[in-house]
Amino acid sequence: MRSWKRPWLSGLLLISPSLILLGVLVYGLIAWTVNLSMQDRHNARESKGFAGLDNYVNLFTADINDRFTHSLKNLLVFTIVFMVGTLVMGLIWALLLERGARAEGVFRTAYLFPMAVSFVASGVVWRWLMNPGEGDDAGGLNAVFGGLGLDFLQNPWWTDPDWGMAAMAVPAIWQLSGYVMALFLAGFRGIPNELREAAAMDGASNFQLYRRVLFPQLTPTVLSAMIITGHMSMKMFDLIMSVSGAQWITEVPAVYVWQTLLTSDYAKAAAISVFLLVVVAIVVVPYLIHVNRAEKRS
Amino acid sequence: MTSQTMTPDEVRSGPAPAAGNRRAKPSPVGQLVRHVLLLLFLLIVLMPLYVLVVTSFKSGREIGVNGQWSLPEVWTFASWEKAWTALGPSFLRTFQLAVPVALISSIIGAANGFVLSRWRFPGADVVFTLILFGMFIPYQAVMIPLREVVQSIGLPNGIPTLIFVHVVYGIPICTLIFRNYYATTVPVELIEAGRVDGAGLLRTFRMLILPLSGPAFVVTVIWQFTSSWNDYLFAIFLSNTRNGPITIALNALAGAQSPDYAASMAGALITSLPTLLVYVLLGRWFIGGLMAGAVKS
Repeated sequence: MRSWKRPWLSGLLLISPSLILLGVLVYGLIAWTVNLSMQDRHNARESKGFAGLDNYVNLFTADINDRFTHSLKNLLVFTIVFMVGTLVMGLIWALLLERGARAEGVFRTAYLFPMAVSFVASGVVWRWLMNPGEGDDAGGLNAVFGGLGLDFLQNPWWTDPDWGMAAMAVPAIWQLSGYVMALFLAGFRGIPNELREAAAMDGASNFQLYRRVLFPQLTPTVLSAMIITGHMSMKMFDLIMSVSGAQWITEVPAVYVWQTLLTSDYAKAAAISVFLLVVVAIVVVPYLIHVNRAEKRS
Repeated sequence: MTSQTMTPDEVRSGPAPAAGNRRAKPSPVGQLVRHVLLLLFLLIVLMPLYVLVVTSFKSGREIGVNGQWSLPEVWTFASWEKAWTALGPSFLRTFQLAVPVALISSIIGAANGFVLSRWRFPGADVVFTLILFGMFIPYQAVMIPLREVVQSIGLPNGIPTLIFVHVVYGIPICTLIFRNYYATTVPVELIEAGRVDGAGLLRTFRMLILPLSGPAFVVTVIWQFTSSWNDYLFAIFLSNTRNGPITIALNALAGAQSPDYAASMAGALITSLPTLLVYVLLGRWFIGGLMAGAVKS
């Protein structure tokens, strides 16, 4: 009986190994990286001293060819296309399946299957599909467009200097739309049937039903989907390494970190990493707190 | 918003059939349009798979620009043999990585989830939020010192190191899955019964809770197996082609300036087979893990 007098104490003991591991390897190492990012340490040798926020400022003001801002611009284009793309595709699929279609299980399983594949593996085929050749040299999808007489759709894909990152988002959309669909299906499923029935009773058209009754109920689902896809986007590394390899035209901060480490510029790599972390935290921490509160209310 | 965990069944079964019957039947034209669209999207989603399979069976001569999308004139296993030669050793290593990760992570997740679902120690919410944040961090923010740490604690390079890091950074998601599972499916009375019997916490967990944990175990096992199998970021930082998992080997095979597309695609298929098999055979639990990843679920 003894252990139940203060039951949380033995519970705390049970989870303490995990807490220590996470404390050290998540928060401890983050602190380490933050410290490293403020050192004057740009090669394999010891730090030459404390540099304050210089490394961060330099990313924006003194990076050769504005490489960092270039990678941020790439990330922004990728993120917007990726998030909008998965939300739209996921919602369309969920709407098509939501009220039960023939063999819906087959469709759902097929739409979700890319989630089981690694970006490294799917990158192999998308690299082939997004062959930048056009006209007589067309390959991959461009060859399909040519064959269908849709030549105007032929494009240089990720090799386009301005909008290449939008093309880079296409494989990511392919891979994660099924996931967003599953979130939406769960969301639709959570809406009480009374709401639909009441709307039908009031003579609402299908369009009105979705627009006025169902969509407003899906706000939490959309929020979850945006958080998930958004934070995945910030970390995007595998896919880009697999499709294009590390190169200027498709560089995002996560790839830049890797490239910087190859030159042993530890402090700069750390500064980019911390920047990414802060961006993710600004979005995710309020979300987690919000979820926590909502959970308590219910 | 509730803390309810969508069970895989709920996610997959769509709306309750009873409700569907009560609504007016959709028009036949509408149904037709819907199914045409569903089929069209199905083709688009499966297209990369078609390309992978078809190309992997082509001989080098057929890879050229003409007839890229057509079936091979001569089906050959040559590229599969080449890919297997390149990937075989790492394929086996990746099992040595993913299986232990899946099992260890699940046990840790069960213990944590049990505690956090029942015991409200002071600051439990803050602790839980701090744990959860661990699954959202860009791992770059820990990667630089992580290399030094795993070296300094003497973990052998390659698979043992990767098992360790996947287990640690898998703690948040596994804890979340088990916590939600216990919070919604294990009745409080059961634990109270253990308490009346004078069973300690560990005994209650082992005798009463673990036998009920099957569904959550399947979810975390699949989740951790898939994510450690598919991981590339930890692998590239903490291993190499000689001691690392299959994603590294595949990238070495396919990442060249002018890759052998037939062998690359055979390699991509080999790399994806285990996780695809898991998905096809155990899909509904796979989706359970996905839903938990959305925190709110």
